Amino acid sequence: MLELKNVTFAVQTEFGEKKIIDNISLKIDEKFVAFTGPNGGGKSTLAKLIMGLYKPTSGKIYFDGTDITEMSITDRSKLGIGYAFQAPVKFKGITVRDLISIASGKKLNVTEICSYLSQVGLCAREYVDREVNNELSGGELKRIEIATAMAKSPKLTLFDEPEAGIDLWSFNNLISVFEKLEEQTNGSILIISHQERILNMAQRVIVITSGKVSQDGPKDEILPGLLSANVCKTLADNM
Amino acid sequence: MSELSAIQKNMLKEIAGYEEIPEGAYNLRSNGALAGRRTTANIDIQTKTDKPGIDIIIKPGTKNERVDIPVILTETGLDDLVYNDFYIGEGADVLIVAGCGIHNAGGLKSEHDGIHAFHVGKNAKVKYVENHYGEGEGTGEKILNPTTEVEIDEGGYMEMETSQIRGVDSTYRKTKAKLGDRAILVIREKILTHGHQKATTDFLVDLDGVDSGAHVISRSVATEDSYQKYISCVNGNNRCNGHTECDAILMDNGQVDAVPMVNAHTTEARLIHEAAIGKIAGEQLDKLMTLGLTEKEAEEEIVNGFLR
Ligand SMILES: Nc1ncnc2c1ncn2[C@@H]1O[C@H](COP(=O)(O)OP(=O)(O)OP(=O)(O)O)[C@@H](O)[C@H]1O
Ligand SMILES: [Mg+2]
Repeated sequence: MLELKNVTFAVQTEFGEKKIIDNISLKIDEKFVAFTGPNGGGKSTLAKLIMGLYKPTSGKIYFDGTDITEMSITDRSKLGIGYAFQAPVKFKGITVRDLISIASGKKLNVTEICSYLSQVGLCAREYVDREVNNELSGGELKRIEIATAMAKSPKLTLFDEPEAGIDLWSFNNLISVFEKLEEQTNGSILIISHQERILNMAQRVIVITSGKVSQDGPKDEILPGLLSANVCKTLADNM
Repeated sequence: MSELSAIQKNMLKEIAGYEEIPEGAYNLRSNGALAGRRTTANIDIQTKTDKPGIDIIIKPGTKNERVDIPVILTETGLDDLVYNDFYIGEGADVLIVAGCGIHNAGGLKSEHDGIHAFHVGKNAKVKYVENHYGEGEGTGEKILNPTTEVEIDEGGYMEMETSQIRGVDSTYRKTKAKLGDRAILVIREKILTHGHQKATTDFLVDLDGVDSGAHVISRSVATEDSYQKYISCVNGNNRCNGHTECDAILMDNGQVDAVPMVNAHTTEARLIHEAAIGKIAGEQLDKLMTLGLTEKEAEEEIVNGFLR
């Protein structure tokens, strides 16, 4: 479904060129894949490269066999790629109803919009005509972002730390929402997460460290190591 | 009232959202002359005798009534100047819908300058909605220069919602207000200019009364080669709250100048000014494009939301 071939993304800094993504090659056909790894490792950057928000410095990206490396965000979206941002974008005047309608590609009635919102634990009717702006709390924005990605129902959805800022009760619901999504979708779900319970749902876990794939394999092989030794090692390294 | 032409009906739709004037008091001015009027038991409308224009007199205590005063210009080369005075009686609660539509099919300039004075009585509440719109295949300029002067007595409340979306070549909008004790004024203005249009909006608010308050919120979009200027001056002359906000989106070669002034003349005045001018944020476009919109569609969506 998705293939990255020698993808590098470099930026110019005052200290010279910095490779944020460093020659990553990956092939993903699984239904549920999780990306994890230390802060600043390059996970969000990788997601933005896949969605087309950034263009790679070198390398190729293929989706269902098509070379999408030079494709616009819009065209990738139309091909069936979706991305729920780590930091949701705020607008002035655009409402929750607008966003979810745009995502689903048709005018939705209140009941349909509510069904997406209640999945993410938002008491729907109150939110339909709220503006997606600063007046919403961080957690509310995050849930609307997830509901929007679901309304789009793409073949490949990237969720960037969907659990961040979401309270415990809703977190449990979020897990079941992703379980349901996994059952229903005939595409792939790629989740970037630091949460054990989310990583646990994945078939495959990929660890991104300093712009490279440092570990990659079935959940049962990767998770135990991550949860014990690596955490201590990272902590020790930082000391 | 004589039957309206298709053009007139369309103008009404653009400026007021209807083709037939709704129930209630109204005064329709078309091409510089009276084209229809209705008064009610509580709302009187009289033609001025000393100069062009009307007096709208709303009895104290009038509740839940509306007055519509649309102006339509469909002849090219017309230069129309009117003085409208609104007297809103003590304790009244009314809606006033004004608006001016110019359809200029010719090569001459068409201009309408409305000078509106509002006398908002003690504890009265008024919402004033004004839409400006221009259209027409002619090369003649469409010019609107509205002046609004507001005086709000003790405890009075006025909300002004004005909008000028497309079609007006040149506009100089002046709004002056004087507020008494506990009087509140809320102004929401929306302007979209395109082509070589120019629009200036100029607010002067005197917060004279104790605990008076004003919120002036302007949202504007300057596209193509158009130019806008936002001037606001809020004087805090007593214990008061003043807040002005100028939020502008620039597109193409659009230009916006903002000249905000907040003058506190006593230590008890609290005045805030916010201004943000710039292009549409890249991440907003990106987000909507990830949902499948093209860049152009995303821009439209963002501008429509912004001006809603
Ligand atoms: N456009 C950019 N220009 C310069 N540096 C960037 C840019 N985007 C990201 N970076 C840097 O690249 C690194 C990777 O960032 P990225 O956001 O991809 O990390 P992440 O793995 O998602 O981290 P987190 O877990 O904190 O979300 C960081 O050091 C970041 O500061
Ligand atoms: Mg990240």
